[in-house]
Amino acid sequence: MADDTAVDDAAADASAEETEEETTPVDPAREAFVAAMGEALAAAGSDMVESHIGVTETWVRVPRDSWVEAVGAARNAMGCTWLDYIAGIDWLPSPFGRDMDSEQDWVVHGREENEPEEMQHGYAGGATRFQVMCRVANVSSGAAVIIKADLPDDDVSLPTLIPVFPGANWHEREMWEMYGIDITGHPDLRVLYLPSGFEGNPMRKDYPLLARRVKPWPGIVDVEQMPGEDDDSDGSDA
Amino acid sequence: MTTEIRPGEFSAEVTNISDAEQMRYIAGQAADARLNVEIETEGMTLNMGPQHPATHGTLRLVAKLDGEQVIGAEPIMGYMHRGYEKLTEVRTYPQVTTLINRIDWLGSFANEVPFILAAEQLMEVEAPPRAQYIRTILFELSRIANISLFLGDMGVQLGAVTPVFLAFRDREFVLNQIEAVTGGRFHPNFDRIGGLKDDLPAGWIEDTKAVMATMRTFCDELEDLVMGNEIFQARCRGIGVIPPDVALSYGLSGANLRASGVDWDLRRDAPNSMVYDQVDWKVWTHPDGDSFARYWCRLQETREATNIIDQLLDNIPSGPIMAKVPRIIKVPPGEAYVATENPLGAMGYYIVSQGELVPFRVKIRTASFSNMSITPWLLEGVFVPDIITILASLYFILGDIDR
Repeated sequence: MADDTAVDDAAADASAEETEEETTPVDPAREAFVAAMGEALAAAGSDMVESHIGVTETWVRVPRDSWVEAVGAARNAMGCTWLDYIAGIDWLPSPFGRDMDSEQDWVVHGREENEPEEMQHGYAGGATRFQVMCRVANVSSGAAVIIKADLPDDDVSLPTLIPVFPGANWHEREMWEMYGIDITGHPDLRVLYLPSGFEGNPMRKDYPLLARRVKPWPGIVDVEQMPGEDDDSDGSDA
Repeated sequence: MTTEIRPGEFSAEVTNISDAEQMRYIAGQAADARLNVEIETEGMTLNMGPQHPATHGTLRLVAKLDGEQVIGAEPIMGYMHRGYEKLTEVRTYPQVTTLINRIDWLGSFANEVPFILAAEQLMEVEAPPRAQYIRTILFELSRIANISLFLGDMGVQLGAVTPVFLAFRDREFVLNQIEAVTGGRFHPNFDRIGGLKDDLPAGWIEDTKAVMATMRTFCDELEDLVMGNEIFQARCRGIGVIPPDVALSYGLSGANLRASGVDWDLRRDAPNSMVYDQVDWKVWTHPDGDSFARYWCRLQETREATNIIDQLLDNIPSGPIMAKVPRIIKVPPGEAYVATENPLGAMGYYIVSQGELVPFRVKIRTASFSNMSITPWLLEGVFVPDIITILASLYFILGDIDR
């Protein structure tokens, strides 16, 4: 495999081939990319808290306060000029249980009181309940990076990315209404999908799925038989 | 339009024209007009939709006009928001494909593929080669079914009614082929983690080859009938020009990006378990970035898709169509993002799994959402008839915006 860095345009094919091998944990091109990204972040006044090289994707976590600088560094220094998406994650384990069962289900199947579970953060770690991520890609080399940032629990806000990527506008409006993440500096923070006057932030884990509250869900009554599988398989191998 | 603007943290740009600012602008324009030609123009707000034929669903577009010219336009979505990202958190992985079929309803099978690929990546299973081939063929068939409708629809939006009938006529052949395999014309729900639900029916390969020949004829027909039409060219050339850097910064994808000269196609540029590397094919780009270029790119892509399918049909390996997967699918903890080049552009699923039967979080990246986010920028300064051209050429599907 070619040993040149992913910032080079010439590495496009190399990185594409290397990531094809799904079990390879070490990927020189993407490791070089992460190293270069760390330098770019430092040069831009940001910092790399943690990074992770996955099967096909690369994760980098940066402090919230230098979020704009970090994405700017990815865009300007690393050539990741294509904005893929910006999204939020709420790491709180659902207080309604994993299945968000309605009360009718609890009557039928019994219900264990939900212990407050530990938050399990994903790749590149995390420290707080709310996290945001932004994926940008370099269209000439094919390199892409997912930049994550933690939002402090007492200040769920994020500076706007519109100066870096004008296309961030709608993504941030969606994050604002779905997660209640206050986007500071956003010029047009209005609801995007929800009706105006809607209260609550539906994608937060503590926002119940109302359809499940009012109507029992049939639940997982049967699992479709996969082709070539024995009838007597009891599914315990899952 | 009920624009609420928070005072103090706001500079008027493309999307954000308050009523007061608009009136100031219009008053200034009107004063100029009185001085110069003594014609008074009056600003007005044009409300298109939610049920306008040019919006493919329920999109509302509020355009503020100065005479015939748009000074600010704002699409208002959400009429079809179904909350799939929330719903997937309470569905098991096999159940999710039923939902996500309905995102881009003209190319449904293509919606399932990136989700399945992301789940397969987390589970570390890979579909057998035969399944990968059939998957790719169905993926391209949905592209043809989807884009052929665009090719006809763009004509009808500009006043040429015939192409849409040709499109509906010939798309039916493609849908028949999809139906013959999957049992569903629009919502196949056919892709499975680890492979496919069923194998191909007998005689399907020959039938599909005949359909591909039909679709190539259809492309030739439209190239002659629509693209060669002088009126069509006059209404599309130079209209809605998107420079490549702007296209990238708004996250445009698919033919909208390639029509701006950016050579970026996830079928070739992203690693995933599809068999495009086994095929001799070409990514079409156009340097102009205007509405005509977007139509041109999609037409070439449709024709290219027929060639891809023809080559794949010749080389389908034999073997199983399902890998060995557990009967109850529990996905190990982890995160995966897989995007594929869907008919409308890049579509990706970011799955966060915590080792349960249901995903912890699914972020659905849809192409039309990003493609539409450029409209406030793009529609500024155009004339009213060009709104239709530009919206048609951007080609969005409301389910793909609203999710």
